[in-house]
Order: sequence, then C-alpha cells, then structure tokens
Amino acid sequence: MRRLIFRPCGNFKERYEQEIAIFGTDFGRVWIWIGLALLLGVVPFISSPYVLYIINSIGIAAIAAIGLNILIGYTGQISLGHGAFFGVGAYAAAILATTVGFPFWLSVLAAGVVTALVGMVFGIPSVRLKHLYLCIATLAGQFIIEYVLMNWEGLTGGPRGIILPTATLFGLDVSSDRSFFWVVFVSFAIMCWVAVNLVRSRYGRAFIAIRDNYLAAEGMGIPIFHYKLLSFGISSFYAGFAGGLWAYYTISITPEPFTIFLSIQYIAMIIIGGLGSISGAVFGAIFITMLNEILSLATEYIMNLDILAGAALTVAPLRDFVFGLAIVLFLIFEPRGLAEMWRIIRSSFRLWPFSY
Amino acid sequence: MEFFIQIVVNGLSIGFLYALAALGFVMIFKSSSVLNFAHGELLAIGAFFFLVLSVSAKFPLVLSFVLTLVGCFALGFLIERFFLRPLIGEALIEVIMLTVGLAVMFKGLMLFAFGGNFFKYPILLPEALALNWGMVHVPAAYVSSFIIGLVCLGVFGLFFKYSSQGIYMRSVADHQTAALSLGVHVRRVLALSWAIAAVVAAMSGIVLGFMHGVNVHELSAVGLKVFPVVILGGLDSIGGAIVGGIIIGLLETFTGGYISGSLGEVIPYIVLVVILMIKPYGLFGSVEIERV
Repeated sequence: MRRLIFRPCGNFKERYEQEIAIFGTDFGRVWIWIGLALLLGVVPFISSPYVLYIINSIGIAAIAAIGLNILIGYTGQISLGHGAFFGVGAYAAAILATTVGFPFWLSVLAAGVVTALVGMVFGIPSVRLKHLYLCIATLAGQFIIEYVLMNWEGLTGGPRGIILPTATLFGLDVSSDRSFFWVVFVSFAIMCWVAVNLVRSRYGRAFIAIRDNYLAAEGMGIPIFHYKLLSFGISSFYAGFAGGLWAYYTISITPEPFTIFLSIQYIAMIIIGGLGSISGAVFGAIFITMLNEILSLATEYIMNLDILAGAALTVAPLRDFVFGLAIVLFLIFEPRGLAEMWRIIRSSFRLWPFSY
Repeated sequence: MEFFIQIVVNGLSIGFLYALAALGFVMIFKSSSVLNFAHGELLAIGAFFFLVLSVSAKFPLVLSFVLTLVGCFALGFLIERFFLRPLIGEALIEVIMLTVGLAVMFKGLMLFAFGGNFFKYPILLPEALALNWGMVHVPAAYVSSFIIGLVCLGVFGLFFKYSSQGIYMRSVADHQTAALSLGVHVRRVLALSWAIAAVVAAMSGIVLGFMHGVNVHELSAVGLKVFPVVILGGLDSIGGAIVGGIIIGLLETFTGGYISGSLGEVIPYIVLVVILMIKPYGLFGSVEIERV
C-alpha cells in the first residue's frame, strides 16, 4: 500500500499533474466518499418530505448552475437565457415522454441533447462576435422561447401545459420524494464529476484561455468559434438535463416558471457561489434555493398575521429586491463568491493552531 | 386605410420612444462599453418620480418635470458612485452582471412601493398639441414624444460630436487606460454619462407614461426592447438608435395590428437574432476588426 499523502507545509509540487490534481491530499478523497455515503445513505431517511423536496430542488438547480458556470465562469460568455433553456429541457422531456413514449432515463438525456441543439442555434450568431453579443442573443432567445412555449399549442399545450407519466427506472417507481432523491443526486454526482474533469482537460483549459484573453487564445491556435460554441452547447446540455429531471419531479409543467427571472436566479447562483468554480455553483444553488424558501415562508408568516394581512401582498416583491441586492453586494465585496469564502476559512485552519 | 394610417402613427410614436430609450442606453455604452440592463428600471424610476411629484404633491407640470430631471441626474451620480466605482478595472462581464442585479433590485423596490397597478397622469398636456388631419387623430402625448425625441436626439448628437465632454466620453469608451494617461478624468466622465443617461431615461419614461399609463412591468420591459433597437441600429450609433427605434416600433405595431398582439411583442427579438446573423454590427455601428 502506498503512503497516505498529507498536506505539505509549503508548495512542493514538481509536476503539472500534481498542480491540476483534484485532491491535494488523500483526506480530500476520503472525505468525498464519506460525504457521498452520508448524502445517499443517511439524508433521505432522516429528512421529512418537505426537507427532501427542498434538497431535491437544490440538486436540480445545482446541475443547471454548474452548466451556467462552465459558460460564464470558465468561458466568460454571459447567457441570460438559462431559465428558458431549462424550460426547453423540461418541455423536451415531457413531449418525448408523452408523444414518442421514451422511457424516463432516455427522455431526460434526450432533453439535454435537444436543449444543447436549441442553445447552439442562438449561440451561432453571437459566438462569432466579441463577448457582449452572446448575452443579447440569449436575451432574445429567452423571449422567443417563452413565446413558443406559450403559443405553439399543438406541441406544448400552450398555457395548459403537459402532464408527464410517472418516472420509472429499471421497472421501479421513482417518483416519490425519497426515491427521486437518489435519481437527482446520483446524476448530480456524475454531472459534477464530468464538470470537474472537463475544466482541467484540454477543453477546459481552452475555455479558460478564451475567457482570460481571446486574442491571445486565438494566437495560440485555439479555434475560438469552435470552443465557444462547444462551451455553450455543454452549458445548455446541463440546463436541459436539469430541466428534464425537474419536469419529471413536478409531474405537470406550464410555461410560467421559465421567465427571465429564472435566468436571473441562475446568474445570481453562480455569482454568489463563485464564478469559475464548480463547488461555487453548488454553494450558489444551495444559497438561492434556501433564500427562496425562507423568503416565501416569511411572506406566508406575515400573511397569517391578521394585522398585516394587507401588507403581505406588498412584501412579496421584496424577494426580487433581496436577489438583486445579493448579486450587487457579492459583486462589489466578494466577486469570487462563497467558494472563495469557504477556501479562506479552510486555509485558515490548515496550519492551525501554529499559523503565523 | 384609416386603420393603416393609425398604425403608422402609433408605430412612429412608439418608435420614437424606443429611440429615446435607446439613446440613454447608447450613451452609457459609448462612454464605458457597458450594456446597461437596468435601463428600463431607470425609465420607470423617472416616470414614478414624476407621478409622485405631479399627482401626490400636486406640483405644476413644468416644475415637477424639472425636479424629476434633477432628481434623476442625482440618482445617476449616486448609482455610479456606490455601485459602479468599486468595479472600475474589473472585467466588463462583472459590470454587466452588476447592472442585471441593479435592475432586479430597483424593480423589486418599485413593486414594493407602488405595486403592479396602472397609474395615470392627469391630463396635463395642452390639447393644442394634438393633431387632427381628417380621419387621423394624433394625441398630444404622441406629439410631445416626437418633439422631445427630436430635441434630445439633436442635442446629444451634437454633444458627442463637438463638445469636449462628449469627446472625453468617446475616448474613455475606446480605451480607458489610454484616456486616463492623456489626462481625461475617467471617473467624472463615467459619473456624468450615468447621470445624463438617467435623465434621458426619465424623459422617455415620462413620455411613455403619458402615452400608455405608468406601470412597473411595462416600463421595465421597454428597457429590454432597447436591445433589438440598438442591435439593429448599431450599438454605438446615435443615428442608428433613431432609425432602429422607428423600424422596430413600426414592425411591432404592424405585426401586432395585422397578425397577432403576442407575436408583435416578440417580433423585435426575432429581428435581433436575424440581424446578429447577417449584419452583426447593425446598420450604422462601427465595425470592429481584430486580427491575430
């Protein structure tokens, strides 16, 4: 058996492979496995259905947020249509499941692929240009997709929406909160693993090069168009995959949730979590989903107080305000987000209690 | 025929408003190359400022108009001072996302204060402004939008072309560091451009309020309609903002009038995507060529 690696007291890395390794020490690797075991083995049995519902929503949001972070955080292209692409995924899964009769796993995967293709249609004109244009094109995409979802009644059912069949996997019914938990978090773990390894591969390094200086990247022989489009496709795939899962989880879907506000929530997630960090996207998804729940609980609480019943309706928009404020404050005071805060906390414990 | 002419009149007046809204947007883009996603909210803030002054406080029309413009000028300064100055030197992408955050924040605040209801200004415009050519009726609000639009566009066109501040702004947009080393006071230029943009936004917000009533959702949606306008006209061109605004306005009312109302809402964005495909720098935008 090889020796366990502990964190050295200084930077003794000699090869590039050590620099890009995911786990600096064996402890990290062990902790990941322990964490996964706790998450998959203990959490679903000790949580109430409501808590499980929130955790599942966090998992689904985290998958979509990881995709957006690959695009914004690693490639430096802004997308304002992530919420609509999430909706395209949800509708693609629903349509494939109801009209074509795809099984659960296939329709969710196909939803990702369909969304990647739809995303690329909006990506093609803009990735030819400098980076400002993608956010305008995706903004247009957001409105066009909203319109199509609402008005193409033959395909999407218009405002009535679509009702999905129950999700079954290997002949088992997985539509309850607890069994869907395993579906969400196994796919979450796989998507995380793919993303973490993608960003340290040849592709990920090309994305980062484009973000840092696209002229230098092109000078080094990176085909910018190709990689920008690839990054956009991957990001849309994540959004579509998450959307497909969400459609199966909520069973009935309508066009209402997929507005520009959802897109802004995803942007808020990755800014608050940390741009250019996979764990940041997860932190952001947790933060925003919890914030959403806390704010709606607070609104409900105020509404139940008799004296303030009238005031409750006017309190609801403060949710938007809090989102906006969170984005602005994080951008000004901690642009690298919660992931950076977490890193600072961890590293301050590294040499504890003998730090200097 | 009557319907047709009425649609043309409506399209032109909406188009002028889009042009006016786009002007404030182009202003910020020209001086800092930031895409301002909070422009619609600035519009709404101006409209509600005017509403509070003229309806609740019962100030006379001209006084409340002037006070609104002064207030929005100050607001533009404050936005620059507290939100954008900490980000000077950061990547552009962060500044753009900051404006997205500001947009959500302002919208939430306004919904909190005024709710999603429609408000109407009292009839304050002199009826003499209204035009009646036979069967075509042009309300006073539309005529005033033409006038304000033309005056603003003329003034700002000259401002950018000939005044020293306008030239500073263009230099800052072109290369911030180079402008700084030539002695341009970059912070003051940015503050001024945000203040002027807020004033222009307030003017278009007020005129829009006269035409369609004041509502948070409607006004902030206009801020997003600005994007098709500026992409069609060219992101950094004032003339392009006018032409683009009029084309988009006409297109929207014609589609809305002859095909369907909901398609009219989305047609500007379809045009946007098409323009990005075939003529990405718009009709009058300056083409940037970079070669490696």
